Amino acid sequence: MYCEECKRNLATVHLTQISDSKKTESHLCEECAAQKGTFIPEWGQNFNTLNFLGSVISDNMRELNQTYQHLACPNCGSTFPEIIQKGRLGCGECYKAFEQELEPTLRRIHGNNLHIGKLPARGGEKVLLKQKIEELKADLQQAVIGEEYEKAAQIRDAIKEIENSI
Amino acid sequence: MNIKQLLNQNLVSWMNATRPEATIAISSRVRLARNIKGLPFPGKQNHEQGSQSLQYIEEAWKTSTNPLLRGFDFITMDQLSDLEKQILVEKHLISPGLVSGNSNRGLLFNEDASIVIMINEEDHLRIQCLLPGLQLQEACKISFRVDDSLEQKLDFAFDEKRGYLTSCPTNVGTGMRASVMLHLPATNLSGQIKPIFYNLAQVGMTVRGLYGEGTESAGNLFQLSNQVTLGQTEEEICNNLRTMSLQIINQEQLIREKLKSESPYRLEDKISRSYGILTNARLITSNEALDLLSDVRLGVDLGLIKNIKPLALNELIVAIRPAHLQREAGGEMKPLERDLKRAEIIREKLHVPTSEK
Repeated sequence: MYCEECKRNLATVHLTQISDSKKTESHLCEECAAQKGTFIPEWGQNFNTLNFLGSVISDNMRELNQTYQHLACPNCGSTFPEIIQKGRLGCGECYKAFEQELEPTLRRIHGNNLHIGKLPARGGEKVLLKQKIEELKADLQQAVIGEEYEKAAQIRDAIKEIENSI
Repeated sequence: MNIKQLLNQNLVSWMNATRPEATIAISSRVRLARNIKGLPFPGKQNHEQGSQSLQYIEEAWKTSTNPLLRGFDFITMDQLSDLEKQILVEKHLISPGLVSGNSNRGLLFNEDASIVIMINEEDHLRIQCLLPGLQLQEACKISFRVDDSLEQKLDFAFDEKRGYLTSCPTNVGTGMRASVMLHLPATNLSGQIKPIFYNLAQVGMTVRGLYGEGTESAGNLFQLSNQVTLGQTEEEICNNLRTMSLQIINQEQLIREKLKSESPYRLEDKISRSYGILTNARLITSNEALDLLSDVRLGVDLGLIKNIKPLALNELIVAIRPAHLQREAGGEMKPLERDLKRAEIIREKLHVPTSEK
């Protein structure tokens, strides 16, 4: 088969394009394909024309009937529409900034929303300490309610000490 | 091995199949995605931020006293030509994603290229360990050691609920993608491949062609990997993938036995014909070569073809790709010239001296 463009070389690039549920096929030689800016499959390039992830996220949002237009991540400035459009988050802080919005998506992708794997050696310590602080805070509240002020003061100092060490 | 050696030779560690089960499970890979705390992900960072994250990582490697990291080489992607980058992609050492981006991308790799760290691809760090045969647990252990030694120097973006934070929510949690490359000619021939893949999808796994996302499965080579990264431990992910792989390998072996006993002449004929074409063709396309090499590999596994080592077949998977051919030829080539060179290389590699026949 000869190239549809130049009609001289053999067609080695075969393209199937689907847009608006219409399928078009084209057969080109490598030179014409390169000129048209079409990818050359033998060179193993990724083609990411369809943003599947973005549509999953926005689908979930529609189901939840939530509005997200004016949210922005305080660290990197990513907005939620931007994240949907790219299918990628802007930085680690985005996970906090859009926690609610991402929740159904994480569940849909992973069937789960909690990490139970490896912890970073240093960051992991912090996780454990933070959990300890939360426990102590609950104890503190109990002590205050029970009017055990001396005990409360001790717990408060313990919390301060851990907080300073982080 | 420095970058020049890595580029100039075909062989890398994952091809070195010596274990018996390595005939069907060709290689295993574990990849961990990590990001530096506070910095925007590569897709969001400006040039300055990009060079900053690259610098942080280079510093972490340079100042590390860990013997594991000391043996690594560091290179930025802009030091490589397009052809050289493509050679690394064809060797399965880096992703096409690391090539398509512009500046501030880098690479750390060890002596035998069994560990490769991509810098500023989709995430700041992609730690990969690539081993021959079915060695998921081993690959996992090694990548953990690399992860730990980098973490002594770098603060990673981590959240107690969500785990390791990644640019794409499909990687969040463990940040781990484990995969096995399987050669499944008999399963494919018997039409069993689709139902297997369908079942795999239901247990959170996915199957792709040889060159990753969006590529078709040439040469009966399939890449099996985990889809889920959140809510499972790394160990569970590896164990599940290993169990699934062993089941698929077992089934492949059963079908091979069946084919051999039910239609021995047909099978031997098909394999011998493929061998005949490969050792005589003057022009051959990449896909035809991969399909015929699959038959030859099956022939070697079944003992029908002797004197060809799996290592040579693994090497050919890579050596017949366009960038490797152009490296051999020393310049750009048109498709016809590539087909010519490809046929020549295959004839050389598969050539069996008359005395040994």
